[in-house]
Amino acid sequence: MKHMNEYRDPELAKLYLEKIAKTVTQPWSIMEVCGGQTHSLVKNGIIDMLPKDITMIHGPGCPVCVTSLSLIDKAIHLAVNENVILCSFGDMLRVPGSKISLLEAKAKGAAIRILYSPLEAVKIAGDNPDREVVFFAVGFETTAPANALSVIHAHRKGLSNYSILASHVLVPPAMEAVINDKESKIDGFLAAGHVCTIMGNAEYYPLSSQYKVPIVVTGFEPIDILQGILMVVRQLEQKKYVVENQYARIVREEGNTAAQKVIFEVFEIKDQTWRGIGTIPKSGYAVKEKYASYDANKKFSITIDEAPEHPECISGEIMKGIKKPFECPQFGKKCKPSFPLGAPMVSSEGACAAYFHFSGSVEV
Amino acid sequence: MCLAIPGKIKSIDLQYNNSVRMAKVVFGGITKEVSLEMLPDADIGDYVLVHVGVAISKVDEEEAYKTFKYLEEIGELGELEDVEDYLPKKEGL
Repeated sequence: MKHMNEYRDPELAKLYLEKIAKTVTQPWSIMEVCGGQTHSLVKNGIIDMLPKDITMIHGPGCPVCVTSLSLIDKAIHLAVNENVILCSFGDMLRVPGSKISLLEAKAKGAAIRILYSPLEAVKIAGDNPDREVVFFAVGFETTAPANALSVIHAHRKGLSNYSILASHVLVPPAMEAVINDKESKIDGFLAAGHVCTIMGNAEYYPLSSQYKVPIVVTGFEPIDILQGILMVVRQLEQKKYVVENQYARIVREEGNTAAQKVIFEVFEIKDQTWRGIGTIPKSGYAVKEKYASYDANKKFSITIDEAPEHPECISGEIMKGIKKPFECPQFGKKCKPSFPLGAPMVSSEGACAAYFHFSGSVEV
Repeated sequence: MCLAIPGKIKSIDLQYNNSVRMAKVVFGGITKEVSLEMLPDADIGDYVLVHVGVAISKVDEEEAYKTFKYLEEIGELGELEDVEDYLPKKEGL
């Protein structure tokens, strides 16, 4: 597909829906990994137009939703109790910690700044030599290069007052964890297009062949997603289990090797705690020892235990695709974007918020 | 969180003793400083996909225009507005 003006063509969407319907002969469950894809699926009504035999399962693809509660509490602690200017992407501000959110801490006077890029945080550190500047570095593989680059820039500038509170989560190990979860049944995956723009497709081949699941690297526009679903369904019906690239106009097989080099200059792979899911082996990045002075976890020796989730929030089951948002007893009742019990109701890419705003499941 | 916005490289500055290329990239009516360290071959006039201040992929002009318009339609551009001044005029859009 060459021109994106075709992507919102309702006739083309209809054609793909018809092709999917003609191809399907039995029920299939397909997980879209990326929160941006979830948002697009629900907002554009694709979810309601698919044949009844296709069930879309919404994956854990929202870094904001899976950043651990203890790390949010740690970020808040740094902003409130230390001589710190805490910088963050705007997405993180309303996510509830165990007691308050970063936004509430900011309202109470904590030095918290919302930034477009971690590179801006390095400038703030240069402009404020008497303050510690900490960037709350969350994200998937897409965001990791920028976060790593901020460390490299700070190092080049010789800044000793900059560090990152890193919480990177990696997609392929999460997909494997979902596949291995006894409660979830996923027949195929739409992989996240911009994650693969950075990392390429190589990590998905062993997953696809070992677990016999089609994996289609997919973009985020409605027709991208419909194409991705059709490609997965065709494979399933033909009992094929390979990696295909629907988003080839952006994603190269090898990914962005310069970005990968920057990531592994600064980070090494480690086990990571995913909010609502638990610890997934080798699913995160830790700052390497050579850059330890830029690691806020080491610089500020604070131990904050993982607090329990709100007892009525079922975000873990939502993010593993075991339950849909509207199956939560508190969805749209106690839990709304204006008063979220858990992270998936906060982020625009969280499954609960997407359903709340666009699915017609609740009266808004 | 993983969306990337296309923009056009207006100028390139060398920083850190000429070892790092930073660009002024235009998104609609907004110009932002963007790192080109992940795209060594990107040049003035190129369109690039930018994620949190870092260019991650080159895109062609048509792709950039259409992606920008789509992101605008779905409200994912925040403060960015009015792409027309910086992207080619398209009939019927």
